[in-house]
Amino acid sequence: MKKISLMTAFVSLAAMLVVGAAVAAGAIEGEATKLPVNISAIVMFLMFVTGTLFITYWAARRTRTAKEFYTAGGGITGFQNGLAIAGDYMSAATFLGISGLVFLKGYDGLVYTVGFLVGWPFILFLMAEKLRNLGKYTFADVASYRLQQTPIRALAACGTLATVTLYLVAQMVGSGKLIQLLFGLPYPVAVVIVGVLMVLYVTFGGMLATTWVQIIKAGLLLTGGTGLMLMAMAHFDFSLENLFRQATAMHPDGLKLMEPGGLLPDPVSAISLGMALMFGTAGLPHILMRFFTVPDAKQARRSVFYATGFVGYFFLVVFVIGFCAIVLVSQNPEFLDADGKIFGGNNMAAVHLSRVVGGNLFMGFISAVAFATILAVVAGLTLAGASAISHDLYAHIIRKGDVSEKKEVMVSRAATILLGVIAITVGIAFEKQNIAYMVGLAFAIAASANFPVLLLSMLWKGLTTRGAFIGGFIGLTTAVVLVVIGPIVWVDVLGNAEPIFPYKYPALFSVTAAFVGTWFFSITDKSEAAAKEKAAFLPQYIRAQTGIGAEGASDH
Amino acid sequence: MHQDLAERIQDLPRFKELVTRRNRLAWTLAILVLVVYYSYILIIAFDPSVFGTPISSESVITIGIPIGAGIILMCWLLTGLYVNRANKVYDAITEEIVREVTGT
Repeated sequence: MKKISLMTAFVSLAAMLVVGAAVAAGAIEGEATKLPVNISAIVMFLMFVTGTLFITYWAARRTRTAKEFYTAGGGITGFQNGLAIAGDYMSAATFLGISGLVFLKGYDGLVYTVGFLVGWPFILFLMAEKLRNLGKYTFADVASYRLQQTPIRALAACGTLATVTLYLVAQMVGSGKLIQLLFGLPYPVAVVIVGVLMVLYVTFGGMLATTWVQIIKAGLLLTGGTGLMLMAMAHFDFSLENLFRQATAMHPDGLKLMEPGGLLPDPVSAISLGMALMFGTAGLPHILMRFFTVPDAKQARRSVFYATGFVGYFFLVVFVIGFCAIVLVSQNPEFLDADGKIFGGNNMAAVHLSRVVGGNLFMGFISAVAFATILAVVAGLTLAGASAISHDLYAHIIRKGDVSEKKEVMVSRAATILLGVIAITVGIAFEKQNIAYMVGLAFAIAASANFPVLLLSMLWKGLTTRGAFIGGFIGLTTAVVLVVIGPIVWVDVLGNAEPIFPYKYPALFSVTAAFVGTWFFSITDKSEAAAKEKAAFLPQYIRAQTGIGAEGASDH
Repeated sequence: MHQDLAERIQDLPRFKELVTRRNRLAWTLAILVLVVYYSYILIIAFDPSVFGTPISSESVITIGIPIGAGIILMCWLLTGLYVNRANKVYDAITEEIVREVTGT
């Protein structure tokens, strides 16, 4: 059954790619911003797809129980999980977006990456081991460990689905445009391919396939990025001084390129963006879920060590790539349109650079890696969203825990297909929309709704159901409202002249509101249930600290 | 976990030692990361030109570059430090505790 449907899907996918390429070939001349159909990129991408579908087939035979579906059986090693976490974090947006930011603004790109990285040590010191010792499938398992299941899981599921949907739609729209540029495929075809593949990985292969797709992609991205950097640096005799001297001579900002620009205009924005990046990372459901795929707290720790190393290294590579592109791409007439603008926008800087230093074949490779990156990230997101639907909403809230494993996994697979359909539909509908706010909003919600409740549930004895529920929703609502009435949506999307809320990043206010709300509604909760919840902290605390009673890996 | 077992473990001297030592290191490192990072972005918010000083008179490289890259490197080294301490010290104490309460 599985084998047949997988093969059918693969054949129809291959057909879609071929048809898509043919359709695109006719449309190229009309649009200046579209690159010609890139055969080497398509061939290399097809190799990636074939390989990952084989992995999915292999994983499908090892994915029967709920534990196997949600956590790959819990047998992933720290090193593998570190690579997978790094893969989740190194999206196409990171690779192309940050190199594009460096290309445009220089030093500001580094400021951004530092913020993206500092969340990791924080997660390790305060959360990773406890998460592993207390958790099972989703972070709601940890947050609701000693609290009432229905309200806390409802809150966690809302936070998860809001984060995942925003992130997913942003990735879909971004990927559609990127693939259109890189491969010359029409936008809707690109979105459908991404959607169909991610649903295949997740429904058949569960966490095992999703993890291995992520690991392979992380390896490809690290190799491709390093290769690109080395080949580009050869043009500067491997001297950074040389590189920066030529870049500042060429860029309109001159020496200003080497110092912070307008990314953090005032202290409030600086702290707010910092909090969103740092605490948002610690509240991303698809990343938190990865801590349940390793066998014990020791491997959870090691995961973060490896992930931080890979991500940090990659960020520095991307920074150098952005500067190399300033010199080798920004004035290169091959990549400029009639107005002197770079083809496809700043985010294409790294891709153009790959062609300068390595020709069409290498550009094909980098494009294929970018496509693979998108696929792996959306698969991880979809799995996290589907788990919230099946494990938290269905199994625990609707069925009150009275459900067979088989049924739960079935619901999860159905939820995956549903999320895939939503992602494709919304992705196509939003083609022309301004979606710049989505990832920022996803981080703000993760930081304001998911993170405070999760952290306090593990560290603070006084947390009660009432406090967590009200505080979490205060954080969620504040984050959404402040983004909507702030400059990014109120002015840029809705076209009003002045924002009601002056700052781009709401986290300083929404995270604070969530913590204060949670604290206040917990300490004023004098109910009998609250007293029981506080008493139940001790056994939870001992398990979190020692791992006694924690979920183990499955036998095989 | 049963309440009585939890209470028994809580009273073990080794458990108290584990929690105290691990918390001390974890919070010290977490606060260190917070202080370093927020100093960095607040300097940028108040006076970005601080990081525009060249590292030497002949260079176009500003001190902001090694500082930014240094924070990234520091984050990684600190995670390494914590993992190393946890593997060597805390895991050993945890094993002792588990042995003591399970009697194996």
